[in-house]
Amino acid sequence: MTTQLFGDRVERREDARLLRGEGRYLDDLGSDALQVAFVRSPHAHARVLDIEVDGALDVDGLVAIYTHDDLPGRLAEPLPLLIPHPALDQPRTGYALANGVVRHVGEPIAMVVATDRYTAEDVAERIAVIYETLPPVVGIATAYGAANLVHPDVPGNRSATLVQEVGDVDTALAAAPHVLELDLDIERSASMPLEGRGVFARFDPVDEHLRVYSSTQTPTSVRFAVAAILGLPDSRVECVAPDVGGGFGVKIMHPWPEEVLVPWAAMRLRRGVKYTEDRREHFVAATHERGQLQHVRVGVSDEGCILGLDVDLRHDNGAYTPYGLIVPIITSTQLPGPYRLPAYRVAFTSLYTNTVPVTPYRGAGRPQGVFAMERTMDRIAAHLDLDRAEVRRRNFVTPDEMPYDVGLTFQDGRPTIYDSGDFPASLDKLTALIGWDDFAQLRAEAAAEGRQIGIGLACYVEGTGVGPYEGGHVQVEPNGRVNVSTGLSSQGQGHQTVFAQIVASELGVPFADVHVVTGDTRRFGYAVGTFASRAAVMSGNAIALAARAVRDKAVRIAADALEANPDDMEIVDGIVRVKGSPSDGIALKTVAVLSNPLRYSFSEESKAATQFTMPARGGPPVPAGEAPGLEGRDYYSPERSTFANGMHAATVEVDPATAEVTVLRYAVVHDCGNLINPMIVEGQIHGGVAQGIAGALYERMAYDSDGQLLNASFMDFLMPYATEIPHIETDHLETPSPLNPLGIKGAGEAGVIPGSAVIAAAIEDATGIVITRMPISPSELWALRGEDEG
Amino acid sequence: MIEETHEVTLRVNGVARTVRVPARRLLHDTLRHDLGLTGTHAGCEHGVCGCCTVLYDGRPVRSCLMLAIGSQAGEIRTVEGLAAPDGTLSPVQRAFRECHGLQCGFCTPGFLMTTTALLEEDPAPSDSQIEQSMAGNLCRCTGYQNITASVRRAAELLAEGGR
Repeated sequence: MTTQLFGDRVERREDARLLRGEGRYLDDLGSDALQVAFVRSPHAHARVLDIEVDGALDVDGLVAIYTHDDLPGRLAEPLPLLIPHPALDQPRTGYALANGVVRHVGEPIAMVVATDRYTAEDVAERIAVIYETLPPVVGIATAYGAANLVHPDVPGNRSATLVQEVGDVDTALAAAPHVLELDLDIERSASMPLEGRGVFARFDPVDEHLRVYSSTQTPTSVRFAVAAILGLPDSRVECVAPDVGGGFGVKIMHPWPEEVLVPWAAMRLRRGVKYTEDRREHFVAATHERGQLQHVRVGVSDEGCILGLDVDLRHDNGAYTPYGLIVPIITSTQLPGPYRLPAYRVAFTSLYTNTVPVTPYRGAGRPQGVFAMERTMDRIAAHLDLDRAEVRRRNFVTPDEMPYDVGLTFQDGRPTIYDSGDFPASLDKLTALIGWDDFAQLRAEAAAEGRQIGIGLACYVEGTGVGPYEGGHVQVEPNGRVNVSTGLSSQGQGHQTVFAQIVASELGVPFADVHVVTGDTRRFGYAVGTFASRAAVMSGNAIALAARAVRDKAVRIAADALEANPDDMEIVDGIVRVKGSPSDGIALKTVAVLSNPLRYSFSEESKAATQFTMPARGGPPVPAGEAPGLEGRDYYSPERSTFANGMHAATVEVDPATAEVTVLRYAVVHDCGNLINPMIVEGQIHGGVAQGIAGALYERMAYDSDGQLLNASFMDFLMPYATEIPHIETDHLETPSPLNPLGIKGAGEAGVIPGSAVIAAAIEDATGIVITRMPISPSELWALRGEDEG
Repeated sequence: MIEETHEVTLRVNGVARTVRVPARRLLHDTLRHDLGLTGTHAGCEHGVCGCCTVLYDGRPVRSCLMLAIGSQAGEIRTVEGLAAPDGTLSPVQRAFRECHGLQCGFCTPGFLMTTTALLEEDPAPSDSQIEQSMAGNLCRCTGYQNITASVRRAAELLAEGGR
């Protein structure tokens, strides 16, 4: 078997188990656990006057009902503000169970524990909550107007305002020969993994040990949060992310009310307790994203070069700000994309509304920023009657300007410096792939047949691999098995495969011998989490460094045993050998035996390491500076993020009779540096593009003015099926990142980022109608056409 | 308030299984939590996502829209019944692995059951038939491209005489 696996289309290690139905998702665990249901607010904004449980107490199988009054200590206090920021001067977070006031439909008020979920729901429906409704604040314009307040002590519903400026925008705009203005609107959407949230906890009273399983993107952080809030030593809490049925951002939010309440109930009841979210709950009790109003002013030269860009963002953060300002900060800092902006000012106002809180969803603020920038590019092209690709080309940062400092502070508190990329080359690839230059003729031919077709493109730069760090542990067992662990968790990205590819390549061992565990604090306690397209960059590099440490140690031990020069050694197919002398080697598993001097032997192999059989050598059995065992642990902590980039183009057809939009072709050129597994990278892009098209044409959160989510089901929230997603054509440009040992950049989110911008541009090209608001439905496009023909 | 239960016998993957359940218990809950066949997943519990798809007398059905007590007449097949007893993957399962037709794996059992039924009915479906047949199952990870490729590949493997 070859050991050079980095870069190969290796089939996934995860699959056989998942294909047999042997996955272990949250609700597959705890078959004998007590089950939980919640009483949730039906009102967007109300005072809770009373909670009457008498009518629920005779349900057979009821174990406990908890309200805020029952919660002890920190569990009764507001949940943590995860990411404080100096500009977030009015942060607010919710309670695990409502403390007198509810601020969005779906906020939990009472927790029911029963013998099964059906019974728990019977009880929940018999609990009577008495409300006094308060005026709801729904929608960005209403929140900004602030006739009513979400939090009575937050003036103007403003949680934060932040201005960043590079250069002198006012002077640049004053001097510009052309100044254009755009008002843009992006609606809400959500991650919507097919597995909702879930928590299962059990407490061992003998060991006084709490184990929490959560369908989370950050088990290490859930562990610390649960320990802190329940007043337990970290060492008495462990958290495991089992198989997770999709995340896409929503599961990076933590600790959820359910995530602290379920472990608390498990400790109190001395029983396993489990909560599995249902779909309606996921719509109204998990989190959403997108949702911005944008005002853009751009100053442009006669040639179409941007001289100054001034952007004002109004961002809907929902009822609370547990995840801080990450989303509008990312919009602000990623909005410039691949373009050189001599002067750029971006201001955002983050606003409270009586809706579900906003936390990152795949793309995390970038789709909004790219929508603003790319709609602006298209407007410049239209104004100056230039080709849209050419306008972009004239504004690109060029490869010889790398590293390119945008001058802004990124979401990790570090400078926004592009480390790599060749934007002109990417655009050449994209225009060739989609046939940009020939499209005018196709459009004319289609028009002659009475068909409306159009083409659009959009570019983005994505900061990936944000810090602070991830770690990796690699250990070779005396039987040759290689165990790898890292703390961050997996939601379908194929980490067990790609991390094994890295270790097999670095260590020179067969892929089949490498076994990877992710997201289990029992195996690796220090981690940050899986988000921001960071797992491959962060854990991939940490694991590579750990594998290199193992390799170096193996070479030292083998060289000692073979009396060879360590510099002349290599590891091939699990054998540590002298270069050019394949017969002169020692198996890595034997090195593992020798690495751990023994007094006691339990197997034939390990006899070689006992005290009377080990070759005699001077000094102590474990040399100074060494540790027993053939293992290594290392961390990767980058100075700053690495910036991937890409460009998408699409062609669409608009039905003249119905205004229905069909995506005809969708092309992607992507640069995430060196590819570990091209099959997996392409799969990530496909899934992202599908979410991008979904967000452009189908998915929105339809709140009415009372704060009721009108489409909180899959009947009404239109997630696309196979019939809605076109074939996606991909091409890669690989400009390795100079920032990390493997030269990789993140790939997880990329596919979704330019979706709305690309489709809006293509619809505009097909119809001639200016598109400023996404998503767009056929009826909305029909109505716009009416206005246009007016 | 004590709920009445009923003895229910289901034939699942060729084996008769008897359990006592309340009349309202959904088929997917009985499969998952009474019989321990947790490969069938619940994604929406209102019949849209297709994660809970099982075969009932050979036809794909939503097990979240059926009651266990009403499912005694037919032969039920779940994802656990696809591989050979020694664990060897079926051609449909192999095709999904080869073509990267799954990522998080949560929707996958539903797609496998739908595909199995499709190819049993028509071993050589057209691309458009494949797309239409898959249009009752949601996937949030793959963008469907590799799923439809997997179905095409499964048809090839079956034609090559795989089982």
